[in-house]
Amino acid sequence: MAGKGIVMNNELNVLSLKNIHKAFGGIVAIQDFSLDLKAGEIVALVGDNGAGKSTLIKIISGVYTPTSGEIKLDGQEASFSDASAARSNGIEVVYQDLALADQQPVFMNMFLGRELTKPPFGLLDKARMRRESQELVDDLDVRIPSASSTISDLSGGQRQGIAIARATHWASKLVLLDEPTAALGVAETGKVEDLIASLKEKNLAILIISHSLDQVFKLSDRICVLRRGEQIGIRETAKTDKNEIVSMITGVA
Amino acid sequence: MTAVKQRLSGFDFQNMVVYIGFIAIFIFFAVTLYDDGFLTQRNLTNIFLQTAPATIMAIGLVFALSAGEIDLSFGSIVAVSALTAAVVLRDYPLIMGVAAGLGVGILIGALNGVLVAYLKLPSFLVTLATMGLFAGIARSMTDLRSVPVMNEAFTGFFGSGKLFSVPSLLIWTVVAAAIGHIFYRHTRFGAHVLATGDNPRAAQVTGIKVPRVRLYVMMICGGTAGLAGLLYAGRLQAAKYTLGESDLMTVIAAVIVGGTALNGGKGSVIGALLGSLLMGMLNNGLILMNLKVSDQMIVRGLIILLAVAVSLRDSSR
Repeated sequence: MAGKGIVMNNELNVLSLKNIHKAFGGIVAIQDFSLDLKAGEIVALVGDNGAGKSTLIKIISGVYTPTSGEIKLDGQEASFSDASAARSNGIEVVYQDLALADQQPVFMNMFLGRELTKPPFGLLDKARMRRESQELVDDLDVRIPSASSTISDLSGGQRQGIAIARATHWASKLVLLDEPTAALGVAETGKVEDLIASLKEKNLAILIISHSLDQVFKLSDRICVLRRGEQIGIRETAKTDKNEIVSMITGVA
Repeated sequence: MTAVKQRLSGFDFQNMVVYIGFIAIFIFFAVTLYDDGFLTQRNLTNIFLQTAPATIMAIGLVFALSAGEIDLSFGSIVAVSALTAAVVLRDYPLIMGVAAGLGVGILIGALNGVLVAYLKLPSFLVTLATMGLFAGIARSMTDLRSVPVMNEAFTGFFGSGKLFSVPSLLIWTVVAAAIGHIFYRHTRFGAHVLATGDNPRAAQVTGIKVPRVRLYVMMICGGTAGLAGLLYAGRLQAAKYTLGESDLMTVIAAVIVGGTALNGGKGSVIGALLGSLLMGMLNNGLILMNLKVSDQMIVRGLIILLAVAVSLRDSSR
């Protein structure tokens, strides 16, 4: 594990945030935030409600533009005018509320907004989308009846599995997970956690927001703590414990 | 076991209502109205021809409803488009009349669409207002007078004409349904319409231009209403402000019975075609039964209520 860490240090940072500052009018939401993310690394973002976690995710995914500070993607300065720009640069977000179209089949959701077509008339290539979706969910071991199943017929865990599979399929660099298991039961949470852990092998950088410290300690390589928009610190998961993180979150020693 | 369950839930009763209803009403009229000539080829063709404008409008409405919007103004668009075409055809050739009639329809649809998509006003209220607005404009255009259409090319093309002995109205219906179905089921646009109606936020975060989809579906409604106006003007060889006035209920009912969800994300163009034929069959049968107009309206209202209730019951589970 230690050896792997050294190798990773030699790699280029997938994402590099430097002195990010975001204010809405007079209210400071994020204050001087810096973080480097490497490929194959899971970093957890923790903090109380209103600490600025979601704001930070929105800045990285192009929904908000930071007031000041620098975002680098693969060492290149990046500024995303909107969410599509971030997406076309290989950044995908998995939202707590899934962002799936419930009455459509799995394969249409997998390719939502990026549907495959075939010549000569540019009609939808449903067979190929169905096949590729099936391969994708099989590869990630998301168990669903079939790629043609309607989303509303699936369980919460299966749906989140689809959402994560979609994100990993389209993300070439970075996946942002915004409380991916908040709406799930215990067994389903376990499955989704296994799925997230398996994403490391795909050499993606992963930033996960979670309220569950158990989950954070189970999944992450590093933990970054926010309190009221302020970056309190970053710890290596292996070298810290829950007490330290809790006191960082709450500010009570 | 789950596979069987999947199959059974895949057998969507809601989607089957229109087929079952269609066959049931057909058999009912075929038996009871056999002596009145319901089953004659002439009568059956008539049903097809009379429903052609409503079917075309229903196809347009499938797109709007699937995107989570509604258009109540299409009846008024029919009248304005028909009158515009008729007036233009007095002095100009076929192509100009067609372009004017269709263009006006699409333009009014675009007006609805801009208000809905970019000013973010609810389509129900926008089109309720434009329905009244354009009904008034239709009345004032020719001072309530009807405008005869003398252009024979036009009345042939959009009305009584035939191609290889197939009535042109039948061709319009089939072509519109085929194009509508392909766009709805087999293009990216159709997929974006469904996603927008199903979950606008999901559509938006995956890069679908939701406002543009909303604008386009309203324009499609305007365009199909414009085409319906041309078909009315062609068949009746005249345009009047009353055209399309009574189609609102029939068309919405046809679409809902055909399996399109009122709140978006789900629908069927073929279902709407059958729904519209079902409504036409109902009209025809009630007339052949010699019911008074008032009784026809009551019976039709009750049957539509029943059909819509059955179609929607399943979706609330």
